[in-house]
Amino acid sequence: MTVGHETRPAAPPAPAGTGRVRHSLGAIGRATFLAMVAGFFALPLLWLATAPFDAHPTITASVPEFTLRNFRSLLDNPYALGSLANSVIQSAGSAVLVVGLAALAAYALSRVRVPGRDALLYCLLLLSSVVTGTAAMVPIFELATRLNLIDTHLGVILTLTGGLLPAAIFILKDFMDATPTSYEESARVFGAGPLQILWHIVVPVVRPGLATIGVWAVASVWGSFLTPFILLRDPEKSPGAVILYTLYTEGGSPKLDLISTFSLLYSLPVVLMYVFVSRKYGFRFHGGIKR
Amino acid sequence: MSTDAAGLGRGRAVGFMVPALVLIGVFLVFPALWTIYLGLTDFRLTGLAAADPKFVGAENYTAALGDERFHTSLWLTVQFVLGSAVIGQAGLGFAIAWALRDRSGPVRRVVEGLVLLAWILPSSVVAFLWIALLDGDQGTLNALLRTDGFAWLLDHPMASIVLFNTWRGTAFSMMLYGAALESVPPSHLETARLAGASAFQQLRDVVFPRIRGHMLTNLLLISLWTFNDFTAFQLTAGGPEGRSEILPVYIYNVALNGGKLGFGAAVSFLVLLINLVLALVYLRLLRGRRGVAA
Repeated sequence: MTVGHETRPAAPPAPAGTGRVRHSLGAIGRATFLAMVAGFFALPLLWLATAPFDAHPTITASVPEFTLRNFRSLLDNPYALGSLANSVIQSAGSAVLVVGLAALAAYALSRVRVPGRDALLYCLLLLSSVVTGTAAMVPIFELATRLNLIDTHLGVILTLTGGLLPAAIFILKDFMDATPTSYEESARVFGAGPLQILWHIVVPVVRPGLATIGVWAVASVWGSFLTPFILLRDPEKSPGAVILYTLYTEGGSPKLDLISTFSLLYSLPVVLMYVFVSRKYGFRFHGGIKR
Repeated sequence: MSTDAAGLGRGRAVGFMVPALVLIGVFLVFPALWTIYLGLTDFRLTGLAAADPKFVGAENYTAALGDERFHTSLWLTVQFVLGSAVIGQAGLGFAIAWALRDRSGPVRRVVEGLVLLAWILPSSVVAFLWIALLDGDQGTLNALLRTDGFAWLLDHPMASIVLFNTWRGTAFSMMLYGAALESVPPSHLETARLAGASAFQQLRDVVFPRIRGHMLTNLLLISLWTFNDFTAFQLTAGGPEGRSEILPVYIYNVALNGGKLGFGAAVSFLVLLINLVLALVYLRLLRGRRGVAA
């Protein structure tokens, strides 16, 4: 990570001489800080970049003895590629539900005064952060059993959606609150119905927010382990997160060649999705409204 | 804000909310209520009490509140939240957002990209990465520092998971503060700088008052998420000897490993109450902000 050459101060220097010294010191300090941050965040990622291509991967990140054989042996694993397809089904299904339902609810909450609105939102947010953990796994398992949702993608999708919705509504309501209502008023004058207004006026304006929530939902579901682990028995339906934990030898030691290679393949889609969405919509909070 | 600009009406507004509320009700509220009920029974994973759980009232709660291991776990969780969420994620996230605020080009893209990558990657992969980094025999960190055989996860389990969770979650705060900083008019900062204000004074007098609401929302969300985060389990499993057994791991260990489901449910409910208190504190601070703004 060489950041040293980027010491050009971005703002014009202050007029006083002491100010200039302080400013260039600040610029050096800032560059050093950013270099350290980059190093700290890059260090754990090294292994993922090297081990999959190493003929004899160990747990140390090192210059690999280059090979693609690890990818071949991964293809021989009966569940590896299928599990990625399952991850796609489950995360796409949940993301569509989360974005759609949260947008409807957040819009209603933002525009109409519902009694006890804030209290309701906070309670749900609290519940979602507690219940989605290990705490409610027994009730969720029993519930899925009774609704015939065990061993189905739908069961995983609905359970995870229920857990993600409160935070999604919470964040989206912030976006909706920040949009001016004047467009909606004029659209209404011209006779547009509420759904039309939502679809043609509000959705385009809050698109960065919807994209943020969509990516966040996909990434959460893509990485979630406990819910699919408990609700799915059939390895044919298990997502990547669960299959990753089956890549051990009979003796219980990790098969590092398969694990590193599968980790890379399994991580790639979410990373690509992020790059795509951030190029297309600008992946940041509140940003789209103010520009 | 709540002028009904789209002519939604209360009836349609409720209609818009129903689908989300039904899903939340069935898959979130209902299991939560069930958990509360289970907390009042001696329900176990196996054995007699599994088939026919008996109602034991507040017994689980008194047992939990008197449990030394619960106290330790609660204290470790407080350290975990303060260290990795409040200081780590929010502090570092703000520092990065501040350092990058008027930058563009490759430096910004590389730093932001790396921070985001840590956040985007699936948690099972991330756990493996950190085990590979911190491993005692062949870990990358030991190879770099030439401290062979130093078992970070065994000797400093809490520091390890605090550092890990900071690494993992800083992106959220960085993005939120980055967006919040954009709402601070550059002219205000410029004026302050020309008047000779130091960076610290600029932050205190110009920036913080403007983004206070964002800071509180962010702190609330990341505190709650960190309080209930289970990923640390994949690094240390709460060990060695419970020295990194934060509450979610404690619940897992007693409920699913130890088979005491009723007891685990009671502890879950206690965690819910603690989170409620946490949220009420933030809510009060937010109200205070609105009072000032009005």
